[in-house]
Amino acid sequence: MTLFSKTATELQQLLHNREVSVKEITEDAFSRIADVEGNVQAFLTVTEQEAKAQADQLDNVPLEQRGPLFGLPIGIKDNIITKGTKTTCGSKMLEDFVPVYDATVVERVKNAGMVSLGKLNMDEFAMGSTTEHSAFQVTRNPWNLDYVPGGSSGGSAAAVASGEALFSLGTDTGGSVRQPAAFCGVVGMKPTYGRVSRYGLVAFASSLDQIGPLTRNVEDNAMLLSAIAGNDQHDFSSSSKEVSDYRKALTGDIKGLKVAVPKEFLGQGVDEAVKASVREALQVLESLGAVIEEVDLPHAKYGAPSYYVIACGEASSNLARFDGIRYGYRPEGVKNLEELYFRSRSEGFGPEVKKRILYGTYALSANQYEEVYVKAQKVRSLISQDFADLFQKYDVIVGPTSATTAYKLGETIFDPLTLYANDILTVPVNLAGVPAISVPCGASEGLPIGLQIIGDHFDEGLLYKVAHAFEQATDFKAGTPLVGEGQNR
Amino acid sequence: MNFETIVGLEVHVELKTETKIFSPAPAHFGAEPNMNIHVTDLAYPGTLPTMNKRAIDFGMKASMALNCEIAPVMNFDRKHYFYPDNPKAFQISQDKRPVGSNGWIEIEVEGKKKKIRIERVHLEEDAGKLTHAEGGYSLVDLNRQGTPLIEIVTEADIRSPEEAYAFLEKLKAIIQYTGVSDVRMEEGSLRCDANISIRPFGQKEFGTKTELKNLNSFNFVRRGIANEVERQEKVLLSGGKIVQETRRYDEATGQTVLMRVKGSANDYRFINEPDLSEIHIDQEWMDRVRAEIPELPDARKARYVQELDLPEYDAHVLTLTKEMSDFFDATVKAGADAKLASNWLMGEVSAYLNAEQKELHETALTPEGLASMIKLISDGTISSKIAKKVFKELIENGGDAAEIVKAKGLVQISDEGTLRAVITEILDANEQSIEDYKNGKDRAVGFLVGQVMKATKGQANPPLVNKLLLEEINKR
Amino acid sequence: MTHQFTKDDVFYYANFARIAFSDDEAEQYAAMLSELDKFAERFEEVDTTHVEPMTHPLHQVNILREDVPTEILDRGDMLASVKEHEDGMIKVPNILA
Repeated sequence: MTLFSKTATELQQLLHNREVSVKEITEDAFSRIADVEGNVQAFLTVTEQEAKAQADQLDNVPLEQRGPLFGLPIGIKDNIITKGTKTTCGSKMLEDFVPVYDATVVERVKNAGMVSLGKLNMDEFAMGSTTEHSAFQVTRNPWNLDYVPGGSSGGSAAAVASGEALFSLGTDTGGSVRQPAAFCGVVGMKPTYGRVSRYGLVAFASSLDQIGPLTRNVEDNAMLLSAIAGNDQHDFSSSSKEVSDYRKALTGDIKGLKVAVPKEFLGQGVDEAVKASVREALQVLESLGAVIEEVDLPHAKYGAPSYYVIACGEASSNLARFDGIRYGYRPEGVKNLEELYFRSRSEGFGPEVKKRILYGTYALSANQYEEVYVKAQKVRSLISQDFADLFQKYDVIVGPTSATTAYKLGETIFDPLTLYANDILTVPVNLAGVPAISVPCGASEGLPIGLQIIGDHFDEGLLYKVAHAFEQATDFKAGTPLVGEGQNR
Repeated sequence: MNFETIVGLEVHVELKTETKIFSPAPAHFGAEPNMNIHVTDLAYPGTLPTMNKRAIDFGMKASMALNCEIAPVMNFDRKHYFYPDNPKAFQISQDKRPVGSNGWIEIEVEGKKKKIRIERVHLEEDAGKLTHAEGGYSLVDLNRQGTPLIEIVTEADIRSPEEAYAFLEKLKAIIQYTGVSDVRMEEGSLRCDANISIRPFGQKEFGTKTELKNLNSFNFVRRGIANEVERQEKVLLSGGKIVQETRRYDEATGQTVLMRVKGSANDYRFINEPDLSEIHIDQEWMDRVRAEIPELPDARKARYVQELDLPEYDAHVLTLTKEMSDFFDATVKAGADAKLASNWLMGEVSAYLNAEQKELHETALTPEGLASMIKLISDGTISSKIAKKVFKELIENGGDAAEIVKAKGLVQISDEGTLRAVITEILDANEQSIEDYKNGKDRAVGFLVGQVMKATKGQANPPLVNKLLLEEINKR
Repeated sequence: MTHQFTKDDVFYYANFARIAFSDDEAEQYAAMLSELDKFAERFEEVDTTHVEPMTHPLHQVNILREDVPTEILDRGDMLASVKEHEDGMIKVPNILA
């Protein structure tokens, strides 16, 4: 039985009709993991025993007590705290760290009756865009094993794309859900800042981080966000705005939708194949009744410096707590306190993390604070205002998720234009705190391309509606990577 | 050369909330190590601070009582430094927008009144506790981590150790009245650092200051400042320079000792705390908090002087603690003469509390009890001497003075006949004393009065005994 | 204006961050930081004279909690992740040396 290619709704129907049990779905997921994980390497920890025990219990729950996600398998990015299950953040610093509590999102997926399969690989502390900065293993793109899955939620995207997990949770600070979703041909949502509780998310940049769902189709994604979103008394930055059932937004009707396409999103540095694919997607939207206009996002190009300063500044602050004292890596044979600090942090953190901590420390230092940090925050205001201005006139903003398709493993991107284009596409969204979704919109040389749809604050429902209408009008959702069929079997 | 002393104080006061300022763990004193902590206090990965409303109320209340302006908009900031008692490696504090600013309190030293300006009052979290163990390592207890604090920073307006002492005494009284803290230095709920510099009289610029720490009582603050000023004078007079440094007061030697030289080594890299919202304080919130502030020591003091005719000194001493002042008010309300009540509270009651190392509420004495006794003194039912016996009973076992007097038969003997009979007996037995008196030795009368009091077990009315005794002697 | 980071800059900031580098590493990081800081060059083009800095993407005010104790961490659970402890307290090496 191969259940992994079914949608959540289809599986729920099977469960409801008693044609399949939670146990069977769970076993199917682990058998798929056993088949492909050797190639994909998305998981850092697999919790097979716990999952199977949980599945047995869930099968005893009466039908009427089951919600739409009941009994379905999910993988969780390893910077989301899971009680009793190692949470490493892809770092040697937390190699043996077994937390004592559950993140709010973990509690919520458990309450929904979902079965956790394990923890997913990532760039160390979510810093990176290839998942190659993991201290433990290299995750591969299921569409072509010589390519990266993107990052930092590379494990989350690869696990879903390869059919190991139906759902996964990723985190997005500067594109870390959307870009791997695009690279792996899955749907990835970065919700509005404050929509999903960050309690239990190991902070990278507190004012930018959001947890978001990755799935193989839009409806599944909408269902998972409905389950995890909403106010949390443990996270004072979480919004108390009511959460709707996002599935209800999936009407397929986007007639009259006003779509803005910033010139900056299809400018220099964006791969021609990506541009072509996005332009085709725009035509699809137009054919569904949307009105497309080209616009300016004038401060988008300052997004990257603003982002690096703010993200690194906050990271240098958030990661200061890893000092070898209360948890995490602690070197042997230390003679005094300063040695404990220096050795724990120098040996526990990898190079990318050190670089960002250093840059952040510089940005926050008394000499640089006004000129660098405060300036970045002012630029952030301008970027945020750009979005607010556009959403006065338009419903959504559309463009590519990434300037290119997935990179080859080990291939460092040096082309400044590509880097520049990538930053323009993803980080302004985090700076403004608005939601954005990436949906598959094509492929080039066998590697997926993602379409990014950006909405106004708390407009996730509209994003799902547009993404769903697009998905229904195209074939890209059907893509099943070679990793499961033929290539590796 | 003569130098002027310039002192500014930084005072930390622990707020008496139920929970910590940024976590829902209990903020109680004296639990077993690491038992009163929340994952947030441990800076556990993924945890977030949550803002305790009462801590803000308390910060506002203290600020208002210190005549500060309240920030209409404030926020919290992260102050970064590594230390084992600081688990996040940053302290959540207030940098640019403190809850209170531009306040003052008035002190009085040697009869002169003076305002000491308060630059700011800000809210922050306390650190954990470090114990240095034998064997060269230390142990961290995070129970105290996250206890709400206010830091009160004065302008450099203090000009002598005595002014510093008077400031702290007044500050303590005010804070204690507001009820936001126990302000007990011995328990660490009030801590004080002093910034000290000197300059030749007439010079406008401040001299280089040193920071003095480890001041564990108001007296040590006074002595520490005096000693540091003396040290700085010696350095300057011998042609040396004051170095900006942190010093520690050594209680054993009475000297200040170098802890560390302040280099450029500290850069706290303040940033806005992104996990907490801004706080906007509107008029309604201000009014609510202001309404909770009781009459403060200065107002009470003025009332005691103007309405109750108490001497300034009495009014000052009685208002030093709210407990004493409340007790005094209740005693007067229960019908006691104000001056007598003041005398008893400042005299016998305080002496008893000092001797027994107790607080008023730990004794059996009630304002009603004390008032009942004072009334008996006022109407001549008992002498002050008997009153002392009644008082002992009242403060140890409680009750009503009239009943104690009745039960123990302590009523004053004011019957002339009874007293004359006793006096005659005493005079008969002390011919020599009568002789001495008549020869001009006035002391002899005192001896005879004493004998009468002894014979009546102290119950005789002393002025009456005096009068009758002289009458009887002169008859002989 | 961007900053050309030197080896000494790296050591200076690394000291605040408690990260140790060898001389060679410091050279490499100096180059990496200079590269990263090139982005900030673009700031010079932006006029932010009348712009307020943005600290929160979601502007909420007065999010507060009542002063009621709710959760306490079990000490045993806490100590499970502490590598060295004694009498329920967390052990740290010599602070003064």
